[in-house]
Amino acid sequence: MEKRAHISGWTLPLLLILPQMAITVIFFYWPASQAIWQSFLREDAFGLASEFVGFENYVSLFEQPEYYRAMTTTAIFSSLVAFFSLGCALLLATQADKNIRGGHVFKTLLIWPYAVAPAIAGVLWIFMFHPTLGTLSKPIKAVGIDWNPMLNANHAMTLLVLSATWKQISYNFLFFLAGLQAIPKSVIEAAAIDGAGPLRRFWTVIFPLLSPTTFFLLVVNIVYVFFDTFGIIDAVTGGGPAGQTTTLVYKVYADGRLGGDLGGSAAQSVILMIIVIALTAIQFRYVERKVQY
Amino acid sequence: MAGVTLDTVRKVYAGNVEAVKGVSLGIEDGSFCVLVGPSGCGKSTLLRMIAGLETISGGEVKIGDRIVNQVEPADRDIAMVFQNYALYPHMSVYDNMAYGLKNRGTPKDEIEKRVKEAARILAIESFLARKPRQLSGGQRQRVAMGRAIVRKPQVFLFDEPLSNLDAKLRVQMRVEIKRLQRALGVTSIYVTHDQVEAMTLSDKLVVMSGGQIEQVGTPSEVYRRPETRFVATFIGSPPMNILPGTVEAPGRVSIGGQSIAVTDMREGLTPGSAIEVGLRPEDVQAGGTGTSSLSMDVDFVEELGATQLFHGKVAGAEFIVQASTGQLPADTRRLALAVEPANVHLFDPQTTKRLGRV
Amino acid sequence: MVENRPFAQFMAYLTLALGVVIVAFPVYLAIMASTFDAATIINGNMPLVPGDQAAVNYPRALFYGGVHAREPVAGMMFNSMIMALGIAIGKILISILSAFAVVYFKFPFRKTAFWIIFITLMLPVEVRIYPTYKIVADLGLLDTYTGLVMPLIASATGTLLFRQFFMTIPDELLEASKIDGAGAFRFFKDTLLPLSMTTIAALFVIQFIYGWNQYLWPLLITTKSSMQTIVIGIKKMITTTDALTEWQIAMTTAVLAMLPPVLVVIFMQRLFVKGLVETEK
Repeated sequence: MEKRAHISGWTLPLLLILPQMAITVIFFYWPASQAIWQSFLREDAFGLASEFVGFENYVSLFEQPEYYRAMTTTAIFSSLVAFFSLGCALLLATQADKNIRGGHVFKTLLIWPYAVAPAIAGVLWIFMFHPTLGTLSKPIKAVGIDWNPMLNANHAMTLLVLSATWKQISYNFLFFLAGLQAIPKSVIEAAAIDGAGPLRRFWTVIFPLLSPTTFFLLVVNIVYVFFDTFGIIDAVTGGGPAGQTTTLVYKVYADGRLGGDLGGSAAQSVILMIIVIALTAIQFRYVERKVQY
Repeated sequence: MAGVTLDTVRKVYAGNVEAVKGVSLGIEDGSFCVLVGPSGCGKSTLLRMIAGLETISGGEVKIGDRIVNQVEPADRDIAMVFQNYALYPHMSVYDNMAYGLKNRGTPKDEIEKRVKEAARILAIESFLARKPRQLSGGQRQRVAMGRAIVRKPQVFLFDEPLSNLDAKLRVQMRVEIKRLQRALGVTSIYVTHDQVEAMTLSDKLVVMSGGQIEQVGTPSEVYRRPETRFVATFIGSPPMNILPGTVEAPGRVSIGGQSIAVTDMREGLTPGSAIEVGLRPEDVQAGGTGTSSLSMDVDFVEELGATQLFHGKVAGAEFIVQASTGQLPADTRRLALAVEPANVHLFDPQTTKRLGRV
Repeated sequence: MVENRPFAQFMAYLTLALGVVIVAFPVYLAIMASTFDAATIINGNMPLVPGDQAAVNYPRALFYGGVHAREPVAGMMFNSMIMALGIAIGKILISILSAFAVVYFKFPFRKTAFWIIFITLMLPVEVRIYPTYKIVADLGLLDTYTGLVMPLIASATGTLLFRQFFMTIPDELLEASKIDGAGAFRFFKDTLLPLSMTTIAALFVIQFIYGWNQYLWPLLITTKSSMQTIVIGIKKMITTTDALTEWQIAMTTAVLAMLPPVLVVIFMQRLFVKGLVETEK
């Protein structure tokens, strides 16, 4: 897309774009290229000298069982959060899309968790499921489960999935609702005239028409779980117990800061960048196809 | 006030697309010139070059005696009414009209005087405090005109200003524009694709096609003596019928074996050579007979109230005849058409130019 | 919906009400916890109706420090506010200018410039965290507001949003301005800026929330506790040794930390939704 009309001159636009360019180059391109460069270096124990080691950091990364575990953890975490948050949000959005009184009140009451910081969300959920003082831990213990997310990795993961899902529902809900409202009423009415009942209408007409939104949200949710859940993990489990809830991003942080392995951490960053770029590219290709359709 | 002179003006876009191919035109001071043509004919581009909104690739544009090729739009002393009005949505009607004057540093009381005056002329005094979105289409149109008037420019430029209005309002505003232009006496250049607007508004009608001028003249000249087949079929509704024929003799052509007489015919055409014969639907006499007549097979009839349109074929080619209602029975299957020799237009099949007397 | 079945309506209400209860419950608990004393919470039998300690907990959290060098929350909120406002305003400022340049001018390397900005959309700060930290450290910006804010301003969201909005403004408006004698600056100030107000507000709401909720970046670059933001502060209050955690203060702080962004969402819902939906396009 291009404007037909332009303002003449080119010094002014260069001045206008300069602040953004400067900040982008200093805080984005420079560190990103540093990350790539560092991923090929190894620092000595004191951080005084570094030597070029080629792909050694990558090789040793893929020799670590912890890295595979982080990958598996991330995959499980992402799929569970995406599945539950999309499912719940779609259910709520279809109900809110019905012509009911006070629909907009429900909308307000459902979207505000978006504004809660991930770390705060984590804190709220630990408080609720704290092994000794959590209000909801008691009923769980009452049915005979020895609930302790501090020690049991499955319990810890459950808690993470719950809090991450809780925070993401509002976002998905909003987009699903917008997607539903964008479906022309006449199409649904035509389906009703063709004799499709409400449930059939949903699966054969509404859901397919909603698929661009669903796909978009799927990608956004995966990116969300990759990056934004850092705060939740750091607050709820700190990657534990015994590193069993450490995701890829959390590992970049932990290895770089606590372990001081900057080369390894940089190599992980580079892999993450590639994953995000791939996800974004998939999304763009899909969006483009949708536009052509 | 000033006239506008174009001298072989060209517009070439990136990729060597030539939108305007060397147009020369003189527009007299105080006249109303309409550029008409189908979309993509270059009429808007030409207007926008006069306004200074498009760069001029070649040739010269003069407003009065001044060559304005390199002059900024603001300094050309022109005002423009856009198709979508381009009113500033966040400014009141008053501010919309005053903005250009403010930017020029016109004193406040002078601005107020001019805006009030323009508002009075256009009967929009009661809307001055409103925002454009609170106005109807016709009112917005008036504000756009007001914005042009307050500037007291040398030239008014109109870019299809009525095409966003409904049919009834369009007729009404057309009359108002004409009246206003007469009253102010400002040179006006008006772009439209609507031939009725073009015919009714213009002192000077310019028909364009493919980036070139096809014909310049008064509306009646263009209608009565179209210089090309394009002009012949573009101006007039329903369009002129074009039949394939051959030259018979000086002053006579034959259409599928039927011979008709022609008044305006180039001398020295070779008998037997192909020629295109143009006849306006309103110029043939249905049911008439005479030495110069054609026979037509009627397919169907359209009722337009006062008139009827008979659709059918003459010598195998599509043909339309316009007749007063009641003149002929609606179930007529075959018509004899009398042709007045003065109403026959001849065109060269190759060059499409008129083959009239030189 | 096409049919008007009372049962379907009832189910809709039920589902939505259930959703609202589940969504609200964790926050409800936090609010309750902020009204009890430590002992009531620790024994694990906190009632689900408000207690009487709110008047004690809130002033204590806000204005007094505590055990393990806890800073008063008021100071943390101030830091968060500066960071959130800095990010929101900074982003709006640099991105509206660059979008203006990219959309309304033709200049050398315009496409390149656009792509350089556009690519930053893909990579969040998390993937380049240590090198960025190092640069900020080298610039001497650790423990400064500039260091907190600047790196997070570098993103394409705002530029794309403004670009998208500018593209919807009819070309004729610029042309009319030109004829009316307005130059680049006047066109920007008199036409573009007033028309962009809603977009600016929407972007502000989204970026304010984004800034207020930042976690990893402030965690790394603030070492002084006086520079802590509230989101970092609350995490530090929850120590691994349960006995030392002042839960009533932590929950009071959580409520305080949620308050500004949640209020923004509730009271500027229209702008919030607009901002959210449009920045993701």
